[in-house]
Amino acid sequence: MTTAATNTEAQPHAGRKQRSERPSTLALLVNNRLAAAGLVILGVIVATALAAPILPLADPNATNPAGRLAPLFSEGHILGTDALGRDTLSRLIWGARVSLAVGFSASVIAAVVGSAIGLVAGYAGGRTDQVMMRLIDMLMAFPYILLALAIVAILGPGLINALYAIAIVNVPFFARNIRGITIGLARREFVDAARLSGKGPLRILGSDILPNVLPTIVITLSTTVGWMILETAGLSFLGLGAQPPQADLGSMLGEGRKVLFTAPTISLVPGLMIFLIVMSINLIGDGIRDVLDPRLRSGALARPSFRTAILPDRARPASMIDQAATLDVKNLETQFRMGSEVYRAAGGVDLRIARGECLGLVGESGSGKSVTAMSLMGLVPSPPGVIAGGLIGFKGEDLAEAPDKRIRELRGGAVSHVFQDPLATLHPLFPVGDQLVEAIRAHQRIGRSEAETKAEDLLALVRIPNPAARMKALPHELSGGLRQRVSIAMALANDPELIIADEPTTALDVTVQAQVLRLMDDLRRERDAAVLFITHDFGVVSEICERVAVMYAGRIVETGRTDEILKEPTHPYTRMLIDCVPVMGEPERRLDAVPGRPPPVNRLPPGCAFADRCPRAQADCRSGDIPLEAKRGSLEARCLHPLQPGESLT
Amino acid sequence: MTAIIAKRLLAAIPVLVGLSVIVFLMIALIPGDPATAILGSYATPENVARLNADLGLDKTLPQQYLAWISGVLQGDFGRSYALNRPVIDIVLERFSATLLLAGAALILATIFGLLAGIVSAVRQFGLADKTITLVVLIGISVPSFWLGLILILFFAVRIQLFPASGMVAIYGGGGPRDILHHLVLPAVTLAVVATGVIARLTRTAMLEVLRQDYIRTARAKGLSERRVIYRHAFMAALVSVIPVIGIQAGFVLGGAVYIETVFQWPGVGAMLVNAISQRDILLVQGGVLVVAASYVLFNLAADVCQTLLDPRLK
Repeated sequence: MTTAATNTEAQPHAGRKQRSERPSTLALLVNNRLAAAGLVILGVIVATALAAPILPLADPNATNPAGRLAPLFSEGHILGTDALGRDTLSRLIWGARVSLAVGFSASVIAAVVGSAIGLVAGYAGGRTDQVMMRLIDMLMAFPYILLALAIVAILGPGLINALYAIAIVNVPFFARNIRGITIGLARREFVDAARLSGKGPLRILGSDILPNVLPTIVITLSTTVGWMILETAGLSFLGLGAQPPQADLGSMLGEGRKVLFTAPTISLVPGLMIFLIVMSINLIGDGIRDVLDPRLRSGALARPSFRTAILPDRARPASMIDQAATLDVKNLETQFRMGSEVYRAAGGVDLRIARGECLGLVGESGSGKSVTAMSLMGLVPSPPGVIAGGLIGFKGEDLAEAPDKRIRELRGGAVSHVFQDPLATLHPLFPVGDQLVEAIRAHQRIGRSEAETKAEDLLALVRIPNPAARMKALPHELSGGLRQRVSIAMALANDPELIIADEPTTALDVTVQAQVLRLMDDLRRERDAAVLFITHDFGVVSEICERVAVMYAGRIVETGRTDEILKEPTHPYTRMLIDCVPVMGEPERRLDAVPGRPPPVNRLPPGCAFADRCPRAQADCRSGDIPLEAKRGSLEARCLHPLQPGESLT
Repeated sequence: MTAIIAKRLLAAIPVLVGLSVIVFLMIALIPGDPATAILGSYATPENVARLNADLGLDKTLPQQYLAWISGVLQGDFGRSYALNRPVIDIVLERFSATLLLAGAALILATIFGLLAGIVSAVRQFGLADKTITLVVLIGISVPSFWLGLILILFFAVRIQLFPASGMVAIYGGGGPRDILHHLVLPAVTLAVVATGVIARLTRTAMLEVLRQDYIRTARAKGLSERRVIYRHAFMAALVSVIPVIGIQAGFVLGGAVYIETVFQWPGVGAMLVNAISQRDILLVQGGVLVVAASYVLFNLAADVCQTLLDPRLK
């Protein structure tokens, strides 16, 4: 009994380990159940069609007027007979053979001709490209089937002519897709190298570019083969493709239609076959696209939900939330879960901000500062984000416990946000005035015109000249500085007690940066709002923050009063960050960023995460958990060998 | 607004000219002697002479084109020898029926495609999403001419809710209600594929938009999810879906060929099929030109809508 239990426990673990390795394309395709089903269905149909000559089938063209319109499952004719007494099953398989052959041939012709046009146009560029693409555009200006009809009208009805017509109509899809890829490739170094080595254009296209565009050709094929089979069958259905006695699935359907009311199965059966073929091809095509599109593979296209997921069985620290502090975060842990990997973006963060205080949260990109800030109001995209532990204390209330309704009330109300790039963070299609009015009316029960007046006042408050006219401006019509002022106005709309500012000045140029910083500082003092100010720039911190917390690999490594930290930090990482700030009049000061890279947060080393980049690291730095401890003055740091006053790094 | 439309119209002119050249070349590309090919069994010496004069076959191609296009611009598309009527009369008569059918199908496809796409994106990976994805997959794989037959068997034969063919009842028909009654089955059949395509692209566009920073901003403002999804996300997604709707107009106009044949709808599509079988090339030429030109205008309208929605494109 016990051994059985351990066995079943061990198995899923082994399975998970296997999955973390990157599987092959084919394995992914087979793993996609729908695509696998498509492969099986198509495989069976193609195999049956190929085997038609050796299968024990009745002659598909042998007429038998006495046995006409036999129903399903009649003796000798499982699928019955048609109006001339021909065996439907036999005709179905032979017809499928013709339809598949015509559809695939049309696809190959379209792929070869279209790709050739795309390769030449993309590689040659200039006038050749222009002329060729104009012609392709012309073809695409026709409604899809209509062009095929026109071609059949010129060539005359017939299966081969229908094949050509469908192939020509599909040429533009290949030409366009392949040209797009080729243009990019033609400028790459390896093509230049081939050119310099004396290869002719044809050889370059064949041996250097073609192998790289092949995946695109395959994707385009997988999305168009289905159509082409469908459309050739369609032309036959209309009587413009296969002519009797030759029959494909479409012409069977068309002929069967004449006896639709008396013997519906004669037309329904070949239609069902076309449907199965096209659907199985589409399933495979979708599978191929999913596999070849890396965005879908990583699950990045997942839709972020209203609020970050919060683990119900998360670790909760025993200590109580400070009722007096505006923000009191304890041991916050936010993870990104992708497959079996767990990225601990915030790995136990403590933050405290008193009423009206400004705390700077500093760190390199990827240190987890934005994730920490976005966790507070549940704005970390989920999936894949998960709040896995800790307390988020806002004025004594644990927001991790709060219901969605309460979070919505706080967002933009008592807690507001200013984000980094205002061009991306303001809605591109709505006038900024409308966006402000919307923010106001989300929290205040006032009419539209009253809200508009308030919005104008807010724009004036953030020193935007001529606010009435700016109300109607769209974000892209404003300068970067003005846009960020609009964001700040929006953050102030409902008298917040806490403003979370995520690199609000990073996207701005230096003079504008200074103006926006000063504005934020004035306004938060006027309104006595607490600010969590995220930045990677110690220069900015010194301008506005009373206290600083330095973050590294998902944890706070040093915190304390701004003046003390700037003057004499105890953690070597803080020292190195401060040394990165340029100072006027000291051109010889080193501006290089901290050398090395932070460790990946899914594979954090034991001990100090900074040890690998730290000049003072010793053996004891690489084991155990190093706590955040009081060092000197207001400073607390996570370091066993802190810098002493006056001590330099080297 | 008028400036935008004028600009787009101007840009459409080269497309229309190119289109007319291709349609014109249909005659020149016919293998063998065009006059006998076009006239077929109607090729009396008298008719051949008349057609040769009509087409100006003794002149050079550019001269022929100029003569033809100036005729077209004055509404002279030549004469259908099979029906012995001016092409323009037949085409215009038929085109209104096609427009009604294609328009109804496009409206249905747009409404249901957008709805399905939004629900699918909002309920991503949920039961509704999986169901819609499956139905859409079936919808874009099903041969419309086959689906039409199934719908006829069920709705016209089995439960006799809608008529199986035609646009008006033979006796006492013709009113708007009667036409609407006849329109239901063909319009639904024609809409299926376009609905699937629009639903798929709407889902993708919505998922793409929902990941954008401005959606996070909308949530950070404390807006309701409803407002975030149906105003902020949907409006942004719509901008990228509109051109797709324009392209679907082409598929619907073309696909009408099958549906008109299946339901005996008196439109251009069914007319073209008959004309091709009878080698009535001038009628084919006129029909193709009118439908293709209307498709260009459809796309132009989609373009203008997109620009109005997204002022960044101006």
